[in-house]
Amino acid sequence: MAGKGRGIAAFTFNIEALGITRGSMPEAQRGPTPLFPQIEYKPGPLKAGEDEDYMRALKQEMRGRMKDLPFNIKPHSGKSDVERYKDKYTREIKKIEDGNWTPDWNRLPKELKPQRNIIKKKMDFKKFKEMSKKDKEDMLSKLDELDKRGDGKSDEEDEAKGEKKGDGEEEEIEGNFEEEELEEDNDYIANYFEDGDDFGAGSDDNMDEATY
Amino acid sequence: MQMTAQEERLCGLLLQEHFGEVVEKVGTHLLRSGVLNLRALVHETKLPLDLVKKSVCVLVQQGMCSFSAGRRGPGAPVEYQICCEKVLHMLRYPHYIYTAKSLYGDTGELIVEEILQRGQMTMSNTVSTVADRLTHNMPEGQCMDYSEVVTAFSRLVETHFLQRSPSVTPAGSSTSGGADSNPPAVTQPIQAETHPDCYKLPYINISGKGKRRRSDDGDADQSTAKKAKTDNSEFGDEGIYWQVNFERFHLHFRDQAIVSAVVSKLDQTSSEIVRTMLRMSEVTTPANAAFTQALSANEIFRALPSTYNIARPILDQYLTLLVDDPMEFVGRTGDSGGGMFVVNLHRALANLARATLESVVQERFGSRSARIFRLLLRKRHLEQKQVEDFAMVPAKEAKDMLYTLLSENLVQLQEIPKTPDHAPSRTFYLYTVNQLPTARLLLQHCYKTVGNLIERRLYETKENKRLLEKSQRIEAILASLQATGAEAEQLTEVEEMITAPERQQLESLRHHINKLDSSENQVDETIFLIESYIKSTKSSR
Repeated sequence: MAGKGRGIAAFTFNIEALGITRGSMPEAQRGPTPLFPQIEYKPGPLKAGEDEDYMRALKQEMRGRMKDLPFNIKPHSGKSDVERYKDKYTREIKKIEDGNWTPDWNRLPKELKPQRNIIKKKMDFKKFKEMSKKDKEDMLSKLDELDKRGDGKSDEEDEAKGEKKGDGEEEEIEGNFEEEELEEDNDYIANYFEDGDDFGAGSDDNMDEATY
Repeated sequence: MQMTAQEERLCGLLLQEHFGEVVEKVGTHLLRSGVLNLRALVHETKLPLDLVKKSVCVLVQQGMCSFSAGRRGPGAPVEYQICCEKVLHMLRYPHYIYTAKSLYGDTGELIVEEILQRGQMTMSNTVSTVADRLTHNMPEGQCMDYSEVVTAFSRLVETHFLQRSPSVTPAGSSTSGGADSNPPAVTQPIQAETHPDCYKLPYINISGKGKRRRSDDGDADQSTAKKAKTDNSEFGDEGIYWQVNFERFHLHFRDQAIVSAVVSKLDQTSSEIVRTMLRMSEVTTPANAAFTQALSANEIFRALPSTYNIARPILDQYLTLLVDDPMEFVGRTGDSGGGMFVVNLHRALANLARATLESVVQERFGSRSARIFRLLLRKRHLEQKQVEDFAMVPAKEAKDMLYTLLSENLVQLQEIPKTPDHAPSRTFYLYTVNQLPTARLLLQHCYKTVGNLIERRLYETKENKRLLEKSQRIEAILASLQATGAEAEQLTEVEEMITAPERQQLESLRHHINKLDSSENQVDETIFLIESYIKSTKSSR
């Protein structure tokens, strides 16, 4: 029963009850309403007075002021540019307090505190450096043992230890520590010479062999 | 908490304006998702972790974001939630500041301004900062003493315009009361009011005067040394933070709206009587109450300000006038003490909201459409024919107007079937207006309007960016030249760097921006009224 007359509007209720006759229907919409339609009745004027002016000035001042407060967080700029000479003075004149705000950490969840190790990639270094003294000694003695057994194994053990002794950072720890980094850190560090006896002895012992 | 698209858009614009696009992104994602933990937030915003952390810190500091222990039990990550209402309050900051000025002078004004800008502050920090600012504006040689600022601060606290920030439990979730060991459900808003020491001023050992900020470097070192002295731990109120009590300001605004409505409808004396009644009930009436406590005519007579020397019988006449007025501002609830009277807070708000709706219809669709609208508000349900007759509008035009109002959703059609089979020929079709949903609709329009105003302002600023920057640079040059005592010729030479047409363009731009800013403030007044009405209706149900 829908659309009995093709193209002719057919309503499911008696249109006369609403007082509308067929002829008085408004035109069908052609497309969406305009973005800025014509308004029949112009809007009234704004209230104007001392109060309104003062509040407007307050608003504008606050807007300007908020841009200079440390709460206005700027995105990381691409490359860290050299700080311009004038910036230091512009900042002082405009009373910009950039990034000098330290929140009261007692009132915030601990996870919001910035991590000490900001540079992610070099975290491997820091892990090694922050090991406690005792751990260091353990590691060194183990290294000594393993040194005698062979290089390959020692690297893996160090990796495992390094992961356990990490700070428990949320970021994923890189699986394979670079061999270079490992050696760089330990290069010329005491353990190289702690085994001075062995090392020195070794070379001394082999002195009778020809050296090239 | 459900948010509409317009509310979300407006919140985003406000966050961006005050805190930049990074915080805006973080805030908007939090608003949309409801509740998020830090990791999820980083994942959704795709921003670097440190920026997200900073943004959350800012939002919490500003009282717009709350956090609580994860819902999935201990060990679950902390969850964050944004309060949309608090973000929207930023629109009203000028009004809060101006009110503080009218009540407590420049000192009060600066106190509220500082606390609003920084979200929360200790009393000592506020006092020293405000003293410095006031000193800066005073003539050379004069200083603002801390004690005066302390007085103003205390008065703001006593009258509850400032309150202590809610405490934070050691577990790391913000709760409303110190004694409560169970973190509240995430959906509950933080109620600072439940803190027992909410309005208790700490004893602080603070004395001194504001420091004048000097532009020459000689005192720069001195001032940094002095700055170190204003460290909070010196004054004994470390950890005690104060924030603006928005609800208290809103009660004040509501009272003001009622009083000014009485002035326009009746006269000055009637409004003074109502103002007195409201003042007397300030501390005894709970927020969102439908009416004030009952006051006797005797009490009101005694409490009238001394400048209003009206005789007792005259007061009775005025009270009768107020009670009889169709706006129903005042109601009579008893006969003892010369008659017991209340201010009908909810009725007053409802009537103010109704007047606003009617005014909107009139301004947009003309006075005859407004007449039809008013009719339907009053008579509830009317048939087509009845509308034509009562409104005294010819049939064809009435239909046109009704159709327009219908398409704008300001008027609804309701079917009342006469027979169980809902046959169209035997069904009443009634036009109706329901005030509450219509008010909600208008409120959404208001949010959209403010959003549009902001966007337009940003557009205007962007279009003229080059010119604005040039103008700012020239102002800076002029300022520094003047400071070093340049001659008039040099100054005019610099001024002429801006051509006459450029000057005109700048003037025109400033005029537009002023208009847009002022419009925002004034639309917010309507927003406040409608929001108050909706809240009052919800709590009186």
